[in-house]
Amino acid sequence: MPPSEADPLRRLSSLRRFLAQPWVLGLVGVATAMLIWFLTTASGAVDNLFLPSPQAVWQAGQAQWQSGLLLKDAVASIQRVFIGFALSAGLALPVGIAMGTNPTICRLLEPLMALIRYMPAPAFIPLLIIYFGLEELPKILLIFIGTFFFNTLMIMDAVKFVPSELVETALTLGGRGLPILTRVVAPFVAPQVLDTYRINMASAWNLVIVAELVAATEGLGKRISLAQRFLRTDDIFVGLIVIGLVGLVIDLGFRFLMRKACSWAN
Amino acid sequence: MHLQVSSVCKSFGYGPKAKPVLDAVSFDLHSGQFLALVGSSGSGKSTMMRLIAGLDRPSSGEIRLDGELIRGPGADRGMVFQKYSLYPWLTAAQNVAFGMRLQGRPKAEVRERTAYFLEVVGLVDSARLLPRELSGGMQQRVAIARSLAAEPKVLLLDEPFGALDLQIRESMQDFLHRLWMQTGLTALLITHDLEEALLLAQQVHILAPRPGRIVRSVNADLDRSSLAHLRVSQPFLALREELASCLRSLDSPLTA
Repeated sequence: MPPSEADPLRRLSSLRRFLAQPWVLGLVGVATAMLIWFLTTASGAVDNLFLPSPQAVWQAGQAQWQSGLLLKDAVASIQRVFIGFALSAGLALPVGIAMGTNPTICRLLEPLMALIRYMPAPAFIPLLIIYFGLEELPKILLIFIGTFFFNTLMIMDAVKFVPSELVETALTLGGRGLPILTRVVAPFVAPQVLDTYRINMASAWNLVIVAELVAATEGLGKRISLAQRFLRTDDIFVGLIVIGLVGLVIDLGFRFLMRKACSWAN
Repeated sequence: MHLQVSSVCKSFGYGPKAKPVLDAVSFDLHSGQFLALVGSSGSGKSTMMRLIAGLDRPSSGEIRLDGELIRGPGADRGMVFQKYSLYPWLTAAQNVAFGMRLQGRPKAEVRERTAYFLEVVGLVDSARLLPRELSGGMQQRVAIARSLAAEPKVLLLDEPFGALDLQIRESMQDFLHRLWMQTGLTALLITHDLEEALLLAQQVHILAPRPGRIVRSVNADLDRSSLAHLRVSQPFLALREELASCLRSLDSPLTA
């Protein structure tokens, strides 16, 4: 007898296939958290001042959107992250490659970088404020300090692991210094460099919020710290959720870029 | 073409800790010749190859190509490594073209020669595949095509089939033999496989280990019209057995 759609075994296996989709269980996880949140607030067990309901947060979000504040804050934060991170990523690439290919440069810089890397970037905020005031520069520099050393050391490691055969083959094919760098080393480390950027982008995103909590006129972090002053927990939730969503979009963007540009590595 | 290796010594490390790897190795290789260096591990055969390729410097002695002292790697000595050294982000055709593009040859010429050498190694249909989509034997054929396309004076083969299954090895040996007959290339093969060396090379040097040195050289003037017949022919088997016992006697009981 040919299996039909009504066959329970067959239905079970198609359910299993559906659950095996990578995003399905992830959505179930998010939906469960939302449901627990909703039920907790709906039951009245917790004071709404401390834990606002999902509906209240949605309304607060709508209000922030309509006033234009949400967009303005998000743009301000994203701009800081991108400028600071672009500086960090752009400088880390040549320095990391230099350290990964040249043992002298590596021995010179690695201990220094390893040391600074363990200094928590937020601890630099007071210094940065003393040096550069409360404008954009200290915030951008904070993101730079917090990500540059990680970016550099991780790129250095990627470069060190380029198989020597790949470089030596190029040498025996008549290759020399710079062409080997651009045609062998660069394409080989590209996927790891993108992954490094993806991982460290998360800290950049953390740091911009920290910087804004301390001193800023606008930005998602600033909005949260203002909301605290007026006990507006619903606004705090809006800020947190938007921060999470923007971070997630950036992360997915990097993954997409990696799949497109480095399909050979998957 | 004349490759001259004269009294080459190589040791690693300095002072009392220095470990001699090669001791006064000398041999010559002329145009169109197929030469093999055979030795067990520790015989310094890969080191010898790296010295000729210019990837390392000899501690003493000298290596000359057409009279000119070798000071570094260059396109005149193409090398095929044991382990897959294809660029994983390039297709088979792009890998073959890689050396020619490094040399800055005109695009049309690169395209033409790529097609030609893919044809020579029988991989026209796989031109657009990435290395990970190719079998081990196909990958090594691409590596050989890539080296040949860059027009080396001598092809250095460092255990090129060492990582392949036995059956694929045999067909690759046939392939390399045909390639040599077809293109008249000059080749230096490094291997621990005596049979492989005798099948392919007209001249075989046996290396003793620790430190590596040539202890025996034979001219393997055998009828190579069919490798399948050669593999089971009497002169071949006799020569193989004789050299095998020579190789066995070199391995001290401690390391055997």
